[in-house]
Amino acid sequence: MASKTPNNCSVVLESKPAAVAGVCEQLLSKLKSCNFSRKDIFAVHLALEEAFINAVRHGNKMDPSKQIKIDYSISNDKIEISVADEGSGFKPNSVPDPRCGENIYKTDGRGLFLISSYMDVVDFNKAGNCIHMVRFVQKLKSTDKTKRNG
Amino acid sequence: MYHFGVTLSFFMEFVMVPIKPRISVEYAENATIVTFTDEKILEERDIQALQESIMSVIEQADHLNMILDFCNVSFLSSAVLGLLIRISKKVYERQGQLKLCKINPKIYEIFKITRLTNIFDIYPDLKSAAESLSASD
Repeated sequence: MASKTPNNCSVVLESKPAAVAGVCEQLLSKLKSCNFSRKDIFAVHLALEEAFINAVRHGNKMDPSKQIKIDYSISNDKIEISVADEGSGFKPNSVPDPRCGENIYKTDGRGLFLISSYMDVVDFNKAGNCIHMVRFVQKLKSTDKTKRNG
Repeated sequence: MYHFGVTLSFFMEFVMVPIKPRISVEYAENATIVTFTDEKILEERDIQALQESIMSVIEQADHLNMILDFCNVSFLSSAVLGLLIRISKKVYERQGQLKLCKINPKIYEIFKITRLTNIFDIYPDLKSAAESLSASD
């Protein structure tokens, strides 16, 4: 069986939280048509929204003159997304664990943690202003298919 | 004059978009029930609007028990978790209790992963949430 041609897209968006809505809808629609599970689609949706918000707020400091580039590639077994801002970058290891101690009562700081929880691979470029995320299709064993709830 | 009236009327019809309420509020015997009406709670302005609406409800009561009903919510961002923490702090400042209910499994997973299940009381339905308030009164 021949592999499906990867579904690629590259867009540049303005630094406004709502700007991601269109590309998000397009991406999720493609995932549905490629038979990704609802669980995978939810995970990707959450990760993309969080990554974009981080790029707008922390990367580009809400500067509307700056832009955010999103690249994604969908294949049979995975979805890869990159979100790049025009900021000076950050050190991912410097972000505290939002689950620990008093951090749990903080009103922010969970975005990156959720991305790491829902995506299988998360890494950054050297500058720290581009996040690369991968989610592999959740493969089910034949005995588990009856328990699948998407 | 007629032309101006028609133009103005058209303009007003064009810009007067009905604002969908983001919450519905119901006053029960032992709690104020706030139901989120939006399916997806994502955008900062929507979250800000929600905060204003819910804080307004809290401030109108001296002693408030609040139940947040998530029956319509299928997706939310981490910013909503921050909003919920602000709400809980406000409710507790006013010697009230906050309960959450009808959170769908995918959303519940977010609470679980972030360990917010340790700080929020979450119930499967309104009845059990309300009963928990009665039990602790």
